[in-house]
Amino acid sequence: MSERQVELEVLRYNPETDSEPRFQRYSVSCREEWVVLDALNHVKETVDPTLSYRWSCHMAVCGSCGMMINGEPKLACKSFLRDHPGVIRVEPLAHFPIERDLVTVIDDFMAKLARVKPYLIPKQAKSVEEGEYLQTPAELKRYKQYTLCINCMLCYAACPEYGLIPKFIGPAAISMAHRYNQDSRDGGRAARQEEIAAGEGVWDCSFTGACSEVCPEHVDPASALQQVKIKSTVDWYKEHLMPWLKK
Amino acid sequence: MAISSKPIVWGPFAAGGTITAFVTPVLVLLTLLAALGVVPDALTYDGVRAFLGHWLGKALMFGVIALSLWSSAHRLRITCYDLGVRKDVFVATVVYIAAVAGAVATLIVLARI
Amino acid sequence: MSRKPYLREVPKFRWFFRHPRYLRYMAREVTCIFIGAYTVLVLVGIMRVAEGPAAYAAFLQALQTPASIAFHVLVLGFSAYHSITWFNLTPRALPIQIGERFVPDGVIAGAHYAAWLVLTLAVLILAGAF
Repeated sequence: MSERQVELEVLRYNPETDSEPRFQRYSVSCREEWVVLDALNHVKETVDPTLSYRWSCHMAVCGSCGMMINGEPKLACKSFLRDHPGVIRVEPLAHFPIERDLVTVIDDFMAKLARVKPYLIPKQAKSVEEGEYLQTPAELKRYKQYTLCINCMLCYAACPEYGLIPKFIGPAAISMAHRYNQDSRDGGRAARQEEIAAGEGVWDCSFTGACSEVCPEHVDPASALQQVKIKSTVDWYKEHLMPWLKK
Repeated sequence: MAISSKPIVWGPFAAGGTITAFVTPVLVLLTLLAALGVVPDALTYDGVRAFLGHWLGKALMFGVIALSLWSSAHRLRITCYDLGVRKDVFVATVVYIAAVAGAVATLIVLARI
Repeated sequence: MSRKPYLREVPKFRWFFRHPRYLRYMAREVTCIFIGAYTVLVLVGIMRVAEGPAAYAAFLQALQTPASIAFHVLVLGFSAYHSITWFNLTPRALPIQIGERFVPDGVIAGAHYAAWLVLTLAVLILAGAF
């Protein structure tokens, strides 16, 4: 197994002592098949125990270790050292405030996610005795890709409009709303539209498509957002030009 | 929060984007031929008059011009924001009024042909 | 322990140099300037037709200047780029599900390209360009 001396340039920020972040260089011997997260763990274990970052599963499921690696939002556990020759620059996810080192403040995203009601709101509530809410495979397929979102926030770091308009609800939360809106068992679309078709919602998206390009789970948030725009537009014209259709 | 009225501006943008995707390149090819001195039959004076003399020709021309102007205006508004111009309401007012003015001018001039 | 989150400012203007995908996006967005300007040119042409044969002849004459030819070539490039990006994105805005499968993006985009080609050829033939 080959070893490589890896140069990591990590953005450090200590809220207790620093007025602004600065880069710190670490040079550590790593195995070629490691991912960036392994290298960070190695730094923390052998060189600098004060280095802070989030991680948990090490297998692209938990969505904790999102960070900018050479300027690109990536999961550190999915970024192989062999794909990054030269100095590897590691920064916290763009567009989020830095709590400490590579740890970001994610309150904004968590609040937005809650706002879109990302859970099943049954059309008709059933008691347990009445049995399951049934669904055909085709109905499942309609929204399945959006269930793969792991809330890693890479799409927010990639989305230029979120950077420019911080109030924008953003790709992952709107995709999650779309996921439930597309669910045959769900009846909560009107409530979600109050958020995603409103002022800070889908209309701040300009279809850059960056969200889908960086998604580690190959979800296509940009597609969800365009579908939401089209459906919301149809809604609006139906309501205002064809009021007789109103229930 | 209240449902946004953005569909008013986005609907024609999407329609115009589709129209321009299909027809602008071929229109450019036609006028490019004319620019190179090879005027296609349809772009001769009589050709244009014959096309625009029919109500269908007028309707097509109006639809293409109005929607092209609107979709360009809407995209220009977004582009201004992306380029750092933060006076969105001002930009929106200017570009949309320009697009509507162009559409009205098209209507007037078509009525005279 | 006190919290003091640090927010890094997003540059107002330079952000799209961060990655080629943002430059491609901006290239797509600025196509509107060329398409809008060209549409104005078409409108002016129609106005000249309404004014009579002499005015229109002068318009056709003005079209033949080098600046106009250069403008046309630029618009052709940008408008084709708009068409290509628009058709490539269409399957994602309007996905079609048949049973348990989605129609592949390439099929939907391909249908648009085919329609585009047919329309372009039809217009060229009907306009007597050949």
